[in-house]
Amino acid sequence: MSDTLFLILSVLTVAMALLVVLNKNAVNAAMCLLLSLAGLAGLFVLLDAPLLAFVLILVYAGAVVALFLFIIMLLDTTPGSFKPFKPLTIAAAVLGAALLGLGIWSLFGRAVLPDAPASVPVPTMKHHAEMLFTTYLLPVQVVGFLLLIAMLGVIVLSKKYTAPEDAK
Amino acid sequence: MMTPFLAAAPVYGLPSYLLVSALLFAIGFFGVLLRKNTLVIYMCLELMLLASTLALVAFSKFNGTLDGNVFVFFVLTIAAAEVAVGLAIIVALFRQRHTVQVEELNQLKH
Repeated sequence: MSDTLFLILSVLTVAMALLVVLNKNAVNAAMCLLLSLAGLAGLFVLLDAPLLAFVLILVYAGAVVALFLFIIMLLDTTPGSFKPFKPLTIAAAVLGAALLGLGIWSLFGRAVLPDAPASVPVPTMKHHAEMLFTTYLLPVQVVGFLLLIAMLGVIVLSKKYTAPEDAK
Repeated sequence: MMTPFLAAAPVYGLPSYLLVSALLFAIGFFGVLLRKNTLVIYMCLELMLLASTLALVAFSKFNGTLDGNVFVFFVLTIAAAEVAVGLAIIVALFRQRHTVQVEELNQLKH
């Protein structure tokens, strides 16, 4: 059952990610990103992380993709074509494909990876909260501060500047 | 010894999840290489980030710890902040140059 689910969800995730790249229309690409996120959230549930799946749907599907769609509608984007191939692009593509092949080969041929431990309880909200508020308390504070900085930065970035001679 | 790739009675373990993660990352990478709309390039960057979170969650589950899951929380938070700032930069750029196509954003080159 979970094997079938894994197959379906991973194929959905990867196929929709491919469509994000291949779609000429930016709005369609954002919609495909949404479906890919849904598949990824399903994979998180299969990996015993339903809380993360929930957060992923909330943050990404709820906020990030909506923001993308909003900006796409705000800016007048003509459906773009692909970049013309430059020698550097081809070199980077070949190098990337070679690295991917090497990674997959080492994953299935060489790597010594752990099997799933048998008797570990599914982590609940309580376990997450205990870790976040004990071991990772300082990072939580830092990340909160970073969110504040990002908010201020976005406000400054999106303000219209008045020229210096107008200011006086 | 090769682990069976898609064997008859498979139990999809850690390598399968890592394969999906690697494929997602590669798709995002090629998207950044091939597309010229800045917004789509940004979406592909997000795809690469999500691929790394999938690898983190998979490693966390198959090692029986929770640290990877907590790390994904931080990654998601940073990603949300990054998207907000990046899109604000794109909008500011669009106000200046009236385009979001990367090959027309070459002011620094000349």
